[in-house]
Amino acid sequence: MNQSFYERIGESVYRETLPNGLQVCVVPKPGYAKKYAFFATRYGGMDTRFRLDGKWLDTPAGIAHYLEHKMFDTKEGNALQELAKNGAEPNAFTSNAMTGYYFDSTEHFEENLKILLSFVSVPYFTDESVAKEQGIIGQEIRMIEDNPDWQIYTRMMQALYQNSTARTSIAGTVESISHITAETLYQCHKAFYTPSNMILTAVGDVDPVHVVDLARSILPRERGEKIPRDYGTEPADIAQKETSMAMEVSTPQFLTGFKCTPAPEGEDYLRMSAIGDMACDILLGDSSPLYLRLYDQGLINTSFGGAFEMMPGVAYLYAGGDSRDARAVAGEIYRQAERLAAEGIDEDFYQQVRRATFGEQLRGLNSFENIAVSLTEGYFRGYDPFRFPQVFDSITKDDILAFLRENLREERAVLSEIVPKNA
Amino acid sequence: MEATRTQLADGMYLTYLPAEKFKTSLLSAQFVTPLRRETAAAYALLPAVLRRGTVSCPDMGALSARLDKLYGAHINYTVRKKGENQCVGFVASLIDDSYAPGGEKLLEPVAALLGELICDPATERGRFVPSYFESEKTNLIDAIRSIINDKREYADGRLLREMCAGEAYGIPRLGDEKDAEKLSLQKLYAQYGDLIASSRLELIYCGSARRERVEQALLEAFATLPRENVQEIALALPHAPRSEPLRVTERMDVTQGKLGMGFACGCGDTPALLMGNTLFGGSSNSKLFLNVREKLSLCYFASSVYHRQKGLITVSSGIEFENFQKAYDEILLQLQAVQQGKLDDWELEGARSTLLNAYASMGDSQGKLENFYLGQAATGNCETPEDLAAQVRDVTEERIRDAMESVTLDTVYFLTGKEQAE
Repeated sequence: MNQSFYERIGESVYRETLPNGLQVCVVPKPGYAKKYAFFATRYGGMDTRFRLDGKWLDTPAGIAHYLEHKMFDTKEGNALQELAKNGAEPNAFTSNAMTGYYFDSTEHFEENLKILLSFVSVPYFTDESVAKEQGIIGQEIRMIEDNPDWQIYTRMMQALYQNSTARTSIAGTVESISHITAETLYQCHKAFYTPSNMILTAVGDVDPVHVVDLARSILPRERGEKIPRDYGTEPADIAQKETSMAMEVSTPQFLTGFKCTPAPEGEDYLRMSAIGDMACDILLGDSSPLYLRLYDQGLINTSFGGAFEMMPGVAYLYAGGDSRDARAVAGEIYRQAERLAAEGIDEDFYQQVRRATFGEQLRGLNSFENIAVSLTEGYFRGYDPFRFPQVFDSITKDDILAFLRENLREERAVLSEIVPKNA
Repeated sequence: MEATRTQLADGMYLTYLPAEKFKTSLLSAQFVTPLRRETAAAYALLPAVLRRGTVSCPDMGALSARLDKLYGAHINYTVRKKGENQCVGFVASLIDDSYAPGGEKLLEPVAALLGELICDPATERGRFVPSYFESEKTNLIDAIRSIINDKREYADGRLLREMCAGEAYGIPRLGDEKDAEKLSLQKLYAQYGDLIASSRLELIYCGSARRERVEQALLEAFATLPRENVQEIALALPHAPRSEPLRVTERMDVTQGKLGMGFACGCGDTPALLMGNTLFGGSSNSKLFLNVREKLSLCYFASSVYHRQKGLITVSSGIEFENFQKAYDEILLQLQAVQQGKLDDWELEGARSTLLNAYASMGDSQGKLENFYLGQAATGNCETPEDLAAQVRDVTEERIRDAMESVTLDTVYFLTGKEQAE
């Protein structure tokens, strides 16, 4: 077992790759009562088209999320109940490129870990149980459809991307999930829930050797085949400049997104992610001149914020919040990006943002979930997230400027708005 | 962890929570004042206005630059309801000194800034800066209005308002839109003076610094805080249960209905009610989750909350409009099951370990610790999470049955679509 110590952030990680291809990471956290395990597959909402047993399959939108719900069913009953009986707090989520199952508990960690590893690796569906889930997920979809944050984000993605499956809503639609059967769920499980496509991360005061032993004894010996996926061929141009929708909301909301050039996997991915984050803070973070000016003018309030996101073949920087005049704010963001690209970045401000970004990254290490998700994301994309201080050291102001000049241009931007009904 | 609470000055207390395992330290300063309709909106507005600037950092740019240089320290304003008190103030989070790349001390400068935000705000002619006041007033009104954007939060809030109309507990934490609209620049500065002089200040620190150092930093930071006739906190008055449930239906253009049900608890056995509520709808293993959601697929969420300080249980659920009666009946049926003690052994032990796990892991989160200890201080309680865990361990099935038998339906709130028939 490999141990790495990261002096600048005071963390260490034990890593081992099992013969079946499963990656195991353990992050010791002495002094914490809570123990946390996160078991994830590189499979999410955007993996709808893939090749299995020599054939390309098109699966319904929302199937990865549906599968996540159904995985908790076991022949004996329900794994959620088994875990909760031991006082564990279990849950799961599906993102665009990942599905993760996790629990935290202060007692019976090993017993809970056994349950987690078993229920995620052994599928058990019946036509009846699959049909029943349609009611629950249908309600979940209706709930998010009433949520303006979800609407505005989904519509922005659909405006940014022409073909990429990043456009697909992770939960799918009431219509798309009606095509899901027990058979398609079994196929997706077979394709993606294989040890070589998965990673187990444990965080807390746990014994690394024990975690590895448990994974070795419970999970299948076969690696599983490598599954080619088709995310769609995505041109550099946006799909649609603007999109607007009326809902029962009190004030108009907006998001503007810039379609950015995606980064290759490996440490470049982490580097690009750090550059994008800093560019976002420099352009419109809450200590940026633009933010302060717009706030003073009453054009934005504390709901305003932005982020830089990446997923396979996709990168975008976006920002938004409530505003009475979305168009004016979006316009100010485009002008400020142009100004920075032309005039450069103030040195003092750049140093200030670097310091703040370091503190922010460090703060993230208080959260077990955040640690596990970033190690998982790093493993899937081929980098080590705990090397962020070194990666930060290697970034210069010119890197940020180059990013700004290439990506943050008005012709690459879209605007998504939600306006109040009856207004 | 050895938590201690000591008095630093008249009406000023420090809860000190030593911990070395975090990357950050937390420092919180909260005024605790009885929740009243007349002052709720004004006090909710105050920390937002104070956060705009101080004498030495007169605008948000100067404040942000100072915080960024302290390795991205955060100071956020908070407005919370604890029992029938309103708690307003700031929570600061700063990286622990041991991780400061230059070996700087960060606690003292952050404490000083916290003190400035409260004691030395930016002013113009003896009032708050008019533009700060105006824009934060607009933001507050927007925030109150925007509660409707999240239909679940909106429905939960509406249920409490209907149920506790006329009681302090029914007042929303941010106050009312109408009251917020009436706030004036002239009056707010006087209200600020009242709040900081006469309400109790609760300080909470969690991190690796020694207590003497924290006390010293805070005493210096709050040296000029005026203290006169510091008021007592409010202890929540019991809710008067309705003999006939109040029923309210509201229509809106939504695709999912929200059914909220409020119950009065006629019994003071808190640990037994905590267990009873966890069994009923307080966990992903509860009767509501397993039956209303999993077995009958009636909704995406159905859960309950026990309001310890006020003796209420509220149920929140999202349903198809036409399932109203089915969901309503099923929720009552599940309550009945808990009241009649229809429990499997695993349910009882599962609920107990859910609560014990929550108490045991509280010490792993600075945010949860701060919120818990503020709640205790603001409601006149002094148990630690360990004490509460011990009480939960002692609860018997019989006590749960007895306590839950005292729970009666009080108010039903239904948010439904515009086109739906009654």
